[in-house]
Amino acid sequence: MTHTRTLRVDRIACTGRGLCAELLPELVDLDEWGYPVLLRTTVPARLRGHARRAVAACPVLALRTDRG
Amino acid sequence: MNAPARTATWHATDTRLLSGWYATGRPADLTDHLRRYGTPPVTAAHGNRHAMPLIRALEAAGLTGRGGAGFPTARKLRAVAAGRGRPVVVVNAMESEPASRKDQFLLAVAPHLVLDGAVLAAEAVGADTVHLCVPRGRSAQYWQLSRAMDERRDACLDEVSLRLHALPHAYVSSESTSLVRWLDGGEARPLGAPPRSHERGVGRRPTLVHNAETLAHLALVARYGPGWFRQAGTAQEPGTTLVTVSGAVAAPGVLEVALGTPLATVLDRAGGPAEPLRAVLLGGFAGGWLPARHLGIPLSRQALAPLGAAPGAGVLVALPRSACGLTETARILAYLAAQSAGQCGPCRFGLPAAADDFAALAAGQADQLLLSRLRRRTGLLPDRGACRHPDGAARLAASALGCFADDVEHHLTHGACPAAHRPPRLPVPPATPPETWR
Repeated sequence: MTHTRTLRVDRIACTGRGLCAELLPELVDLDEWGYPVLLRTTVPARLRGHARRAVAACPVLALRTDRG
Repeated sequence: MNAPARTATWHATDTRLLSGWYATGRPADLTDHLRRYGTPPVTAAHGNRHAMPLIRALEAAGLTGRGGAGFPTARKLRAVAAGRGRPVVVVNAMESEPASRKDQFLLAVAPHLVLDGAVLAAEAVGADTVHLCVPRGRSAQYWQLSRAMDERRDACLDEVSLRLHALPHAYVSSESTSLVRWLDGGEARPLGAPPRSHERGVGRRPTLVHNAETLAHLALVARYGPGWFRQAGTAQEPGTTLVTVSGAVAAPGVLEVALGTPLATVLDRAGGPAEPLRAVLLGGFAGGWLPARHLGIPLSRQALAPLGAAPGAGVLVALPRSACGLTETARILAYLAAQSAGQCGPCRFGLPAAADDFAALAAGQADQLLLSRLRRRTGLLPDRGACRHPDGAARLAASALGCFADDVEHHLTHGACPAAHRPPRLPVPPATPPETWR
């Protein structure tokens, strides 16, 4: 059974390092100061692995994926 | 139906929270309050495992929050009552919106109506504690409320414990999560969700945060029922609401009006325009500008939504034709940028940058790319912060560009308009950051 994953950013924790946009450019863009702009929050199945890697790469644990 | 009769009924149903004040002209102490309203009907609020009379009455009444968001009160109570652990009630009397005075006014003239509402809400959800949060610096208000609580304690009126707190005074410290965070020993800065306060708030307990005015309405619904409540207002948005009218009107102040009252009528009740109007700022600093040609529109969420406006916290600021809307907006944006909690990217960089762009536009010092840059920057503010502060600032900026489109054109091509060189008209606090968050 697969669940939909939703991308979320903890906006207070985020310091704008920008690794998420590098690893997941399909879903994450950056504003002019390097803070994430989510293009879409639902993670398509084909990007699930990339999303997992982006979550793991965030140095301040500000990125996560939630069920639903 | 002749006109005088209509005026009479109109006032009878329109004045509720402030009726005691209009009748006596002095703040109601506990004796006055009990004489007018009797003791709060706590046993009815109690309900039992199978029935929650007050929550049901509020649902039937259709009462919504009067702090700006307009969330259904009954739904909030139900969520808190269903949470795990003993709930807590927080009265949000921070009123950090500089153009709003209504909660201060209400607490000054009818403090026990608000406290009744808090106690009744506590009984309805099973809470044992009520925290009343006011901003530091309003010391007269603090002492008056402190006395009101003493009166209740001496009269052994309430079973729940009432506690008064003075919090740091900043624009964003009135966010419900700021209150929860401060009450838990932290800073009065917003927290991101989840968890939501109604699930896990003060002391990790389910927490009901309500605006002071909302609780006063709740206290009256508990006494007179939903049918009575619905005698004023519209079918979709029943009841009355407090509004703070300021700016270019003859008699600025706090008024109580039925929801659905045309904006022009609200202004008339504040003495009417003191000079020809250009626009009104509706909702507050995080609200929006509405051109004066729309003043026939009723004050209700439903009627205002198509114009991208909302009643918000009941703020109406009348801007005269002799003022520059862009200059006034630039001052408000500078204030909002300075007063942010500075926790998230949009408030640390986006909002100050947008405020600077706007200031350049108002000063007639715009470069070729300013307008597109400003639109892009304000477009990236909403939905990207832990709280809704950047969203509100973006709404204000966007509404100003629409409402004052002719002035934008003038400022871009010919420099600042003559009105921009005159002294500003709106009272905007200095654009300085808060001194403390704790």
